[in-house]
Amino acid sequence: MGKVKGKPGPLARRPDNSAFKQQRLPAWSPMLTANTVLPFFYFMALICMLLGVWLLLTVQRTQEVKMDYTKAGECSRCFEKLKNESNAGQSCICTVVLHIEKPLKGDVFFYYGLKNFHQNLRRYMDSRDDGQMVGRKTNLKNPSSYCMPFDRDQNGLPIAPCGAVANSMFNDSFTLYYNKLGSPVKVPLLRRGISWYTDKNVKYRNPKMDNLTLAQVFEGTAKPLFWQKPVYELDPFDQTNNGFINDDLIVWMREAAFPNFKKLYGVLHRGDDPFTKGLPAGTYTIEISYNFPVQHFQGRKELVLTTLTWFGGQNHFLPIAYLVTSSLILLVAIVLTVVWWKFGKTGMNMEE
Amino acid sequence: MAFWRRNTLVERERHVKANARDYNDKFSYTDNHIKTSKYNILTFLPLNLFEQLQRVANAYFIVLLILQLIPAISSLSWFTTIVPLLLVLLITAVKDATDDYFRHKNDKQVNNRQSQVLIRGSLQNEKWMNVRVGDIIKLENNQFVAADILLLCSSEPNGLCYIETAELDGETNLKVRQALTVTSDLGDVSKLVDFDGEVVCEPPNNKLDKFIGTLCWRDSKYPLDNDRMLLRGCVLRNTECCFGMVIFAGLQTKLMQNCGITKFKRTSIDKLMNTLVLWIFAFLICMGVILAIGNTIWESRIGRRFQVFLPWTEFQSSAVFSGFLTFWSYIINLNTVVPISLYVSVEVLRLGHSYFINWDKRMYHGPTNTAAVARTTTLNEELGQVQFIFSDKTGTLTQNIMVFSKCSINGQTYGDIYDEFDQKMENTEGTACVDFSFNPLCDRRFKFYDSSLVDAVKLEDPAMQEFFRLLALCHTVMPEEKTEGHLVYQAQSPDEAALVTAARNFGFVFRARTPETITLCEMGQAVAYQLLAILDFNNVRKRMSVIVRNPQGQIKLYSKGADTVIFDRLDPSSEDLMYTTSEHLSEFGGEGLRTLALAYKDLDEKEFEVWMEKLQFAGTVIENREDRLAVLYEEIEQGLKGATAIEDKLQEGVPETITCLNLADIKIWVLTGDKLETAMNIGYSCNMLRDDMNEVFVMSGHTLLEVQQQLRSAKEHILGLSRVGSAGDVEKSDMFADSVFEETIIAEYALVINGHSLAHALEPQLEHVLLDLACLCKTVICCRVTPMQKAQVVELVKRHKRAVTLAIGDGANDVSMIKTAHIGVGISGQEGMQAALASDYSFAQFRYLRRLLLVHGRWSYFRMCHFLCYFFYKNFAFTLVHFWYGFFCGFSAQTVYDQWFITLFNIVYTSLPVLAMGLFDQDVNDHISLRHPSLYRPGQQNLLFNKRQFFLCTLQGVCTSFLLFFIPYGAFSVMVREDGSHFSDQQAFSVTIATSLVIVVSVQIGLDTHYWTAVNHFFIWGSLTLYFVILFALQSNGMFGIFPSHFPFVGTARNCLSEKSVWLVILLTTVVCVVPGLVVSFLRIDLFPTPTDKVRHQLQSRKRQRPQEQNLRQSRRTSSRRSAYAFSHQQGYGELITSGKNMRTSRVSTARSAQRTQHSSNWIENVLKRKNEVSCISDESTEAPEKSDRT
Repeated sequence: MGKVKGKPGPLARRPDNSAFKQQRLPAWSPMLTANTVLPFFYFMALICMLLGVWLLLTVQRTQEVKMDYTKAGECSRCFEKLKNESNAGQSCICTVVLHIEKPLKGDVFFYYGLKNFHQNLRRYMDSRDDGQMVGRKTNLKNPSSYCMPFDRDQNGLPIAPCGAVANSMFNDSFTLYYNKLGSPVKVPLLRRGISWYTDKNVKYRNPKMDNLTLAQVFEGTAKPLFWQKPVYELDPFDQTNNGFINDDLIVWMREAAFPNFKKLYGVLHRGDDPFTKGLPAGTYTIEISYNFPVQHFQGRKELVLTTLTWFGGQNHFLPIAYLVTSSLILLVAIVLTVVWWKFGKTGMNMEE
Repeated sequence: MAFWRRNTLVERERHVKANARDYNDKFSYTDNHIKTSKYNILTFLPLNLFEQLQRVANAYFIVLLILQLIPAISSLSWFTTIVPLLLVLLITAVKDATDDYFRHKNDKQVNNRQSQVLIRGSLQNEKWMNVRVGDIIKLENNQFVAADILLLCSSEPNGLCYIETAELDGETNLKVRQALTVTSDLGDVSKLVDFDGEVVCEPPNNKLDKFIGTLCWRDSKYPLDNDRMLLRGCVLRNTECCFGMVIFAGLQTKLMQNCGITKFKRTSIDKLMNTLVLWIFAFLICMGVILAIGNTIWESRIGRRFQVFLPWTEFQSSAVFSGFLTFWSYIINLNTVVPISLYVSVEVLRLGHSYFINWDKRMYHGPTNTAAVARTTTLNEELGQVQFIFSDKTGTLTQNIMVFSKCSINGQTYGDIYDEFDQKMENTEGTACVDFSFNPLCDRRFKFYDSSLVDAVKLEDPAMQEFFRLLALCHTVMPEEKTEGHLVYQAQSPDEAALVTAARNFGFVFRARTPETITLCEMGQAVAYQLLAILDFNNVRKRMSVIVRNPQGQIKLYSKGADTVIFDRLDPSSEDLMYTTSEHLSEFGGEGLRTLALAYKDLDEKEFEVWMEKLQFAGTVIENREDRLAVLYEEIEQGLKGATAIEDKLQEGVPETITCLNLADIKIWVLTGDKLETAMNIGYSCNMLRDDMNEVFVMSGHTLLEVQQQLRSAKEHILGLSRVGSAGDVEKSDMFADSVFEETIIAEYALVINGHSLAHALEPQLEHVLLDLACLCKTVICCRVTPMQKAQVVELVKRHKRAVTLAIGDGANDVSMIKTAHIGVGISGQEGMQAALASDYSFAQFRYLRRLLLVHGRWSYFRMCHFLCYFFYKNFAFTLVHFWYGFFCGFSAQTVYDQWFITLFNIVYTSLPVLAMGLFDQDVNDHISLRHPSLYRPGQQNLLFNKRQFFLCTLQGVCTSFLLFFIPYGAFSVMVREDGSHFSDQQAFSVTIATSLVIVVSVQIGLDTHYWTAVNHFFIWGSLTLYFVILFALQSNGMFGIFPSHFPFVGTARNCLSEKSVWLVILLTTVVCVVPGLVVSFLRIDLFPTPTDKVRHQLQSRKRQRPQEQNLRQSRRTSSRRSAYAFSHQQGYGELITSGKNMRTSRVSTARSAQRTQHSSNWIENVLKRKNEVSCISDESTEAPEKSDRT
């Protein structure tokens, strides 16, 4: 404080006459007046209204078909079977029937959904090793302590991929048949490219191969306890979709924010008739390999088929929220206008 | 400054032996080294860290850090706490280091002052810090006294020396000290070397006017009192040199003991802030408990079954234990609700505000080259809440430089300047001064603007000549002519110096005096007057006269004094002149000038001889000598002729400032050591007392009962008048005279109370009555108060009124009050620096107080309040999202945000805009602030930040966090990406909320900012940009590649923020979060506008027309009351002069009669005795023996 500058002369300590030091910087001092606030409110109401209407119209065009298959039809058999813990690991195949009344036009997305499954528990979310999943060899053999108790199997072998997240990977699989005139046609699903580019190419990498096969690379590691297949055999049809870069694994590893969530299973391949324009209306049979136990935590499993709009899937929340907001703002704006007109307009409150 | 820490043994009595270092070393007295700094290079880091960690907030974060290191409960990485904590510690450490550096520099400068010390038989130059108790040191004229020393001898006759004690008690007049007769002839180094007297005296204490000790030398004992002591901080004046023996050194000197222990002052906002932080802690714990209970329930109902996928850890034996762990995890998670950067941000803001005060060129005083300095950087916002100002008078309200500015001679006024149209002109810097070059002996610093007076003098008008002759003759000033024509006047009071200097410049130069003669140089000719008698000044007479014989042989009596006193004694023949002069005096008085009437009388020889004989007879009588003298003085002063008038200035702009501060509802109390008369005068001239006031109560009782009586009756008077029907019920009115009632008093009262009465009134049983009465009065003036009483008065108000007090003063006598008050302001530049050094703010002129309070104080308060509101809002909005998320994630203490976001949110993303607002925001600019003092009131009423405001802004924060969480929740529970890949993952959710949050709080700060400078724009837009830059950087491939486990969010921002739906969510969230606040503030402004809103509104509507400068300058009082003769000097100096004791060249005439010499040899006792009367007022115990002494 009180720095004395080396300036000579009688006015040596005179402070500089700069706008900054004298706190006279040119400035804009806005004030909330009726002239600015009221038009702003009407404008906001209008904008929200337009957005809401537009979104609503867009959403109306989308279609969504949902089916809870936890205990549906044949699958209740599998559900009961899995209730018995000793049957865990045994596969159980069931089929369910799905009726689609209106054809789903355009790209159709096939999701599996889980209810009451907490992927967002802190210890669950932490129970993974990103270092291992990015292919670091040291982490492969020495999983992070965060993975406990899913870091090593009972023989002490390191588990790859370790942790509770990977361990609990959703392992039901679906095959969809379109019952066209009595003869079922398998609906072609694209099961690849369903994850983010960054995940597939940056976040998850297999350990360096060095001319070894994937199985050799993963030698000395154990598969997660609940898995039926080791990580390098997840996709029996496509070797490049195995290991840590398996799309299903990646999708699963992106933990959901809420206990009810759905994850992408596949996208309709629109290469051949009758699926070039989407899914035609009719009856579909879904063959489910029912493996994932949900009965312990009273969870539900479901299948979702949906088409998309420019802002994502069928989402009624946004348009409605916008419309509600717009009407509220409009209401407030009208009330404010009345209040202003009655009390504040003449500026009588401003008299001193 | 705990300087007794080393001496655990309490000193009972001090033994000091001169020239015997070995002997004195036995007692290990403190040396003269002064240390106010806290650290050195080595101790800085540990000490400073230790100190900082003692603060609750910092300690809290350390505890938090430890919690975070426990894996079972760590819900956040350690870096979320350590990074902000380190930053906070670092900033504080840098600030402390700079502060200490300046303290080191000051200490060094003082400690290295040179002083001459007698060591081993010769005088050697030593640094101050090496001076030790028992040393004999030599002081020269105009040197500061290095320690408390016993005066042994001086170069002046009779072992006299003069000191100025401005640094100690604020009085500028010279004081006399005399050495003991036995030591006064030691004035030679060789004799001093052999001096081996031993002083036994009281231990160090802080009583400036008391010293008791004995000198034992050559087997006899001599009593010592305060008049033998030169205290550290005094300046030797008018004395060539003197020798003294060091009794107290360094921190044990009376000066340093008076500095007291610097209390760390805290502002009320600080205290409130601490309370609020405690509340937040409590709130945090509540949330923790709620969530922990939630966790227990969840774990026992759902989590237990989810163990297949997520088994409990081995020590998590039960749901309850899990709840317990969750509690701690949530404490960590929600810790950001206690703002870590709050304290450091507040410090930064205050520092900035302090710099703005230092930089204010409108508080810079050119003539003394003094800029305002904020010495304490922690009190700024308190400046916006001041309710009571306690002001010293001399040097604070008044300049204490007397200037001869106007006069009325023989019915004609001089001193106003008129332009060519005969209009009075304001005196500005550009006005041309009168040219005094005709007078070779003139004082070049003297300025006068009315040239007609000089012209009149040159015309040799007899009245004019008599006027200046009187000024040149009738005084007790001592001239000093070092070189030919270079005159220096030594006056006991600045008034006299001013008058004599005026006469000197107008051609009547007072050149020399002996006990019998006064030599003038009248218009270039030397004229010697024979001085026949000086009729000295005293408080009762309120005048002084001289009787001289001029070269023509005529005997003349010249008199000057209070106008009423002089007018009473005027010859009836000059009645007309008296009326005109009286009018002129009123005019001068109205302008705040101190006035004085002059008169003269021709005496004939016979008359004088008779009188002189009587006088000499009276002088020999011991009993009632003074009374008899007074009667005689009275006799000869009858029938004076002619009158004229003069001067003294208040500081510039004092009445305006006081009026303005009064409009801002600030009560100003004047506490002065001056006499009642003088104090009331100043009261009138600075508009604090007015003739149209209903009543001015003067309390001057001498006993407790009397004072009680007076206070009661005054109060009854006020209450009785204002409350019809309940008069007489004293007890009741005592009870109900509370602040609510105060408001209803319309009539204006003033209270003047003197030191005697104040001493009684401050007794516990009366203090409430005093306080009530004082608060009922518009103006309170306390006169004749001791420094201690000043502090007591401040303390009284502080204790009972819960109001922010500010004390302003310039002298060392104000130090105690400056330190006691919430805010101490020192006037620097004039006298000593004691007050300024002890103060929190210092500047050169009283009028800057207006700017300090109404502009800087108001802004600081305004800014700080808005800053705090926003800060709490921001932190609640930020943190509580975790709370809501708890209900969806099984109360597992999962964070919503990325850890990096939590780390950086407060210190990077949102710190700068709010700092910019806290530094630069202005609701109205400084001109408007000054023009509308009423805008100051919200601060006094604590309206802008209090518990209610805190509650409101946290409520806003909670609501915002609720919307911030649930709108994205609603959207995300069903959201799908455009490419169909599912999207409701935690990371995307986190980025969406974080982005919404940053945008919402940025918009909110934008709405809260009243004054958008370029800096604000830069910081707000910059922070937003920075957020996105850092977001993408932290989630980039590169960062992930290096530390995969620390940057798991790789690519989320890219994938998430490229979605239209995410932006729709962000837009919606922002609108919904901001609109309610906007509505509320619009309604508030529209329906219940604050005074500030009104002023702003007026400004907006009047933007095109230039606002008219509203003149705050109130019309001058047109008062019949005039300042009385307000000499500040002591009685007794007349005797001093006629005795010739203080004449350097001993030209003392032998023709003086024996009685005369005998009578005058008592002069110094008289001077000292009278002085004691003044200084012992507060000391009841010493008063009784004192009286018996005199009679």
